[in-house]
Amino acid sequence: MTVPVRITVNGRPVERDVEPRLLLVHFIRVFAEQTGTKIGCDTSQCGACTVLIDGVSAKSCTTLAVQADGSSVTTIEGLSDGEQLHPLQESFWNKHGLQCGFCTPGMILASHELLRTNASPSEAEIRHGLEGNMCRCTGYQNIVRAVRDAAETMATAK
Amino acid sequence: MSSRIFGSGIRRREDPRLITGSALYTHDITLPGMAYAVMLRSSHAHARITRIDTDRAAAAPGVLAVYTGADIEGALQPVPCAWLLPDSGLKIAPYPCIARDVVHYTGDIVAVVVAEELPQAHDAVELIEADYEPLPAVTDPEQAAGADAPQLHAKDVNGDDIAGNQAFHWTVAGGDVDAAFAEAEADGVVIKERILQQRLIPNAMEPRGAVAQYNRATGELTLWNTTQNPHIVRFLCSVVTGIPEDKLRVIAPEVGGGFGSKIAVYPADFITVFCSKQLGRPVKWIETRSENYQATTHGRDHVQDVELAATKDGRITGLRCTVHAGMGAYLSTAAPGIPTILHGLMLSGCYTIPALKEDVYGVYTNGVPVEAYRGAGRPEATFMLERLIDVLAGELGMDPADVRRRNFIPKFDDGHEVITTLNYDSGDYPGALDKLLDHTGYQALRERQAAGPSNGKYLGLGLSSYVEICGLGPSQVAGAIGFQGGLWESAIVRFHPTGKVHVFIGASPHGQGEETTFAQIVASEIGVDAGDVKIFHGDTDATPMGWGTYGSRTTAVGGAALALAVRKIRDKAKVLAAHLLEASVEDMDYEDGKFFVKGSPDKSKTIQDIALMANVAWDLPEGMEAGLEASTFYDPPNFVFPYGAHLAVVEVDAATGQVDLTGYTALDDCGPQINPVIVEGQVHGGVVQGIGQALWEGAAYDDSGQLVTGSMLDYALPRADLLPPIDVISTVTRSPHHPLGVKGIGEAGTIASTAAVYNAVIDALKPLGVKRIDMPFTPERVWRAIQEAKGS
Ligand code: FES
Ligand code: FES
Repeated sequence: MTVPVRITVNGRPVERDVEPRLLLVHFIRVFAEQTGTKIGCDTSQCGACTVLIDGVSAKSCTTLAVQADGSSVTTIEGLSDGEQLHPLQESFWNKHGLQCGFCTPGMILASHELLRTNASPSEAEIRHGLEGNMCRCTGYQNIVRAVRDAAETMATAK
Repeated sequence: MSSRIFGSGIRRREDPRLITGSALYTHDITLPGMAYAVMLRSSHAHARITRIDTDRAAAAPGVLAVYTGADIEGALQPVPCAWLLPDSGLKIAPYPCIARDVVHYTGDIVAVVVAEELPQAHDAVELIEADYEPLPAVTDPEQAAGADAPQLHAKDVNGDDIAGNQAFHWTVAGGDVDAAFAEAEADGVVIKERILQQRLIPNAMEPRGAVAQYNRATGELTLWNTTQNPHIVRFLCSVVTGIPEDKLRVIAPEVGGGFGSKIAVYPADFITVFCSKQLGRPVKWIETRSENYQATTHGRDHVQDVELAATKDGRITGLRCTVHAGMGAYLSTAAPGIPTILHGLMLSGCYTIPALKEDVYGVYTNGVPVEAYRGAGRPEATFMLERLIDVLAGELGMDPADVRRRNFIPKFDDGHEVITTLNYDSGDYPGALDKLLDHTGYQALRERQAAGPSNGKYLGLGLSSYVEICGLGPSQVAGAIGFQGGLWESAIVRFHPTGKVHVFIGASPHGQGEETTFAQIVASEIGVDAGDVKIFHGDTDATPMGWGTYGSRTTAVGGAALALAVRKIRDKAKVLAAHLLEASVEDMDYEDGKFFVKGSPDKSKTIQDIALMANVAWDLPEGMEAGLEASTFYDPPNFVFPYGAHLAVVEVDAATGQVDLTGYTALDDCGPQINPVIVEGQVHGGVVQGIGQALWEGAAYDDSGQLVTGSMLDYALPRADLLPPIDVISTVTRSPHHPLGVKGIGEAGTIASTAAVYNAVIDALKPLGVKRIDMPFTPERVWRAIQEAKGS
């Protein structure tokens, strides 16, 4: 049995008949061919697969494609405005908030959610807000710096 | 670009592709006609396979093939062990790609399914019927060495008996250790400790995987692989699959961290190659995280019984220990060298120890093969020493810092031979500790501690002084210690007519940022803009041979090869500049990318001028070849020995057993820092991995050999909200024998931090009488230790 699904990924509508069990992350990676979203685990722990569904963050490995039917998904590839990086991307770069980069797409989108709900988080709030995203390389310290830096940039830009 | 680029924390050039999702990791590679493989792994830790029926799986929708051990017979050789530790009675058990008769751990592969689509392969694997006759299992290395233990392997690859599950017995000794202990028993102190270095799961965030594309028409194979060392994979893939090395191309695309777990070569990768070859189609295999836990190499797993002899005023006179090192079910690629060479030779650490002896027993167990894991042997050595020193300090009523000072090797700049015969390059261990104590206000912290607990919370301070061996290493030494390869690195530097530079390098960084640091090396050596230098790595067809990124060797060895290649170019450029300026070479000077006649800097040629003239070759001096290109093979004359001192500060809640790490300061000396921002990042990540071992992490098996911590739900990784900011400071001591003076920094943090945190927790609980707790320090374990101490 398959179910028709239409999801707009980074502005491009993608329509497919999918098995009900298909995870959103596979829809994004295989059908929308956007491989920036990563899969780091199979128990919904690592956050590497974090995307925005209608602007709100979600772990795409814990969401079925059918649940996201009709929605608009933003992945790391859709975050920048053309050549213009999103302030979070700039800050991760400027503050050395990544090493191997595997956690980074999810980390940036989880940070996006954090700043959406709290425009000026404290260090503790950032650490708390990112507890669902694992990074094995950075020890999180420069990720926290990057998020703080992005919050400042975004505040002055407003 | 001025030479000041060396030492500048410029932004990483790797990052634009990583922060936009455009980087391609192995999992992201899709090829026309690609099929998907899924492995069936054993459901038992130790069992005889009595039947495998693949008929239903083979008939399932989309399935292209199902292969078992019988199908690969003759086509895939057993996985080789590539560190043949000499003088150790090494017994290598056969390590088949697919188990046929007996499975030895739950990661053993018993069959593979290849299907058109990944979900079809997953579904079909469920349809394979495998029957087993379970055998008793053992996962604890000390128990496995015991008399009644289940035996894993009867014979080794040469047909010799393997007795007592012993893979090897290796010894290091120096000085008269028995005399030292006799003397200490009579008139000194002897302390004994039992240390459990628990089994750890490396957890690179990118799972392992392979994409194999075999071309039947040409007989050529391209293998995209999550590896730290593509050239070693090419070499061993050729041995296992029989595809000649010249027809084999291994690409390490973007690789998402390794920490040692991507050094080894693995059965699943070779099986993927086999499938591609059989089917004539590209095949992709990517492990799940649970599969990663079940089958990708683990780290540590030592049971250490240690004794230290000292005088009553705290001078160490001897160290004696026995280590049972769990090797898992098979000897992984580099495994025998880790608990021996990289561990035992570092046993005297930063201290003058006149006599020591260590016996290391490598033991087969029904667990995941144990390999290098960040620090690889050195954390287990540092921990041992740093723990013993704190116990000694407690015994003598001395401050742990004073015991360290009393035993440190004094400052040296050009070589110091230690009891294990290593020749350390340079170091100032007392200076590092003093600076750390000053910086952290250690005395004030001690005073605060002396005031007693506040609100039931006990303050603890933990020190860890370390020196590590890295920049592996002289190839002659590699040969002598049984490493089946060289340990040099190579680089090719090519100037194009417009002065832009291509660098082809054998090293294979996977997150450490060497594309940036290598460009900085070129820029600082020859005055081009770092942005004009492109670095190629990780593709065996495009780069010269390299031995891989591990052992903190990429900048130390690969960076040296690169610097020397650029210096060759500088030498040639100088000759050409002299010719063009009609001066003699002896009269030429070089500075910041300009070659000029001494005393008249206006008569000059830039490196870009020279690159153009060398490439067009209109006017070269007699006998000079066209082009501006150089290559080097750099075989280091010695290892490099970074060092440092760390301090952890904890508060332990005696009522709940909760440990709060409230502060952490790392002082590291890795020599001159090419990019201090990258260095700091390496320290952060390394320190947190070591903290993870002390506080949260540990792989556990049940009695039947099933991995209890089988997913990220059960294995506790460090999280952002559990950590304090790490304060990173440094000193700078050049390596006397290195062309850039640099050492290495990738593993330093991990090597130091576990002991620092452990010492801090025990220090906090000293007033309560707690002397030791096994890691990790979960609240329950700490609470129990407090209760037991109260009871006694
Ligand atoms: S892949 Fe790990 S949480 Fe989704
Ligand atoms: S940068 Fe490697 S896991 Fe976060």
